[in-house]
Amino acid sequence: MISPREILETINMISNENLDIRTVTLGISLRDCVHPDIEIASRQVYEKITRIACDLVKTGEEIERDFGIPIINKRIAVTPISIIGESSRGDMAQIALAMDRAAAELGVNFIGGYGALVHKGYTEGDRRLILSIPEVLARTKHVCASVNIATTKAGINMDAVAQMGFIIKQTAELTAESSSIGCAKLVVFANAPEDNPFMAGAFHGIGEPECVINVGVSGPGVVHSALKKLSPEADFSQVAELIKKTAFKITRMGQLVANEASRRLGIPFGVVDLSLAPTPVIGDSVAHILEQMGLEKCGTHGTTAALALLNDAVKKGGIMASSHVGGLSGAFIPVSEDAGMIDAVRCGALSLDKLEAMTCVCSVGLDMIPVPGDTSEHTISAIIADEAAIGVTNNKTTAVRIIPVQGKKAGDPVEFGGLLGGGVVMPVSNYSSSIFAQRGGRIPAPIHSLRN
Amino acid sequence: MRAVITVIGTDKIGIIAGVSTILAEAGVNILDITQTTMQELFTMIMLVDISKAVVSFEHLSGRLSAKGDEMGLKIKIQHEDIFKSMHEI
Repeated sequence: MISPREILETINMISNENLDIRTVTLGISLRDCVHPDIEIASRQVYEKITRIACDLVKTGEEIERDFGIPIINKRIAVTPISIIGESSRGDMAQIALAMDRAAAELGVNFIGGYGALVHKGYTEGDRRLILSIPEVLARTKHVCASVNIATTKAGINMDAVAQMGFIIKQTAELTAESSSIGCAKLVVFANAPEDNPFMAGAFHGIGEPECVINVGVSGPGVVHSALKKLSPEADFSQVAELIKKTAFKITRMGQLVANEASRRLGIPFGVVDLSLAPTPVIGDSVAHILEQMGLEKCGTHGTTAALALLNDAVKKGGIMASSHVGGLSGAFIPVSEDAGMIDAVRCGALSLDKLEAMTCVCSVGLDMIPVPGDTSEHTISAIIADEAAIGVTNNKTTAVRIIPVQGKKAGDPVEFGGLLGGGVVMPVSNYSSSIFAQRGGRIPAPIHSLRN
Repeated sequence: MRAVITVIGTDKIGIIAGVSTILAEAGVNILDITQTTMQELFTMIMLVDISKAVVSFEHLSGRLSAKGDEMGLKIKIQHEDIFKSMHEI
């Protein structure tokens, strides 16, 4: 029998340290739903999603109950809709409405994949889809959108970067009444992974099977608690070692749940995403882990190094705990969703520039950052270009999920609610990037993309 | 199929009797019991076999949890695999 100490350790992680499975995400290919008539295509989309995912929520709840571990979200990711809607005449938003209805019917909070991959250029379908994003995010509750505008292989599509600045602004304006929340459901990626289970950027890539189960783990609170017990004299080798061991245990839970979900639903297992995903709840913060390493506030000098160590140790510990690893895999730093980050912004310790540096060494990028409502579309495009450059040059995923909160200025409080959290509006540079942002064309792929 | 029942709270008379009565009625066999005190809290851990249970896992879990509420304790039942997968390679 497993020792009582081990049993109690597991129970303590779940009851007191917020260990949970952040998401079980069911990826579904919609490639067989294409039809020249958008009405029929939308109906086929709705029918396929509700048929394949009919038991997702129920099965998730059964696993939670049997193993006594919370599964916070059960979600769905689909083929990028630009591919599905391209052959249809009519308004692509209809497909989004069908997705939204399916999500509501199934009881999932988010469905991802209303997106396009335009890192090298646009097809007609991509163009129509991107133009419809603001309206879709304003009219739907559950649909998440993402656009991939750069890859290490293709470089950065600066026409798309320029357009996404406008799209984000427009989305913010259309959802102004609810703190511009539409922008929280829109991610602009460089090197987007095809099997990411986390929202808002999840989609079912074109290299994926018919359907697949991907699981995202969490557990910043567990890592934080483990580090708290470590002596202040412990050196970084010991810190890294402890994080690795803890990440291993967290990831084993993810693998167990992934196997169970796959078996019970009869859908193949894809990957476990090795992530530390914070929530606004106290005791579930990535910033607090960094502070526990000896920083007075997240964002001060040393933060990037601390995050680099954390991110690497999470991967090293997690990789052996799972048979297949993928998605974003790394520590997340969504500002509005992390109590420690919110505090650090509020007291002036954490700036947008420091966050940009931090994105060089962890997964994702500038995530859930409220900026002033009057931030220009060109400035937003330039922020996207900076993040994309980091991703493309360092051969990693980066993303921008930024919210120009209408009617708010730097320092104003903002509330998005639920897992999306809230915080303080962060200032951006007052100097213009408009000529840069409007230049267009493509920033060529870096020389080290030529690896053959 | 095996499961682990954990009882955490303040020690009092009748904990084992209360839990084992529910288990007997449910057709669940007790394989092992350990008792310990962790941070001044009474902790009892039972390994049980639920393969011949005559009630659903959900029902059993509900009954145990209700018993816990009645006695001022936290009683949980979880499939053994969660502990095995975390602590055994």
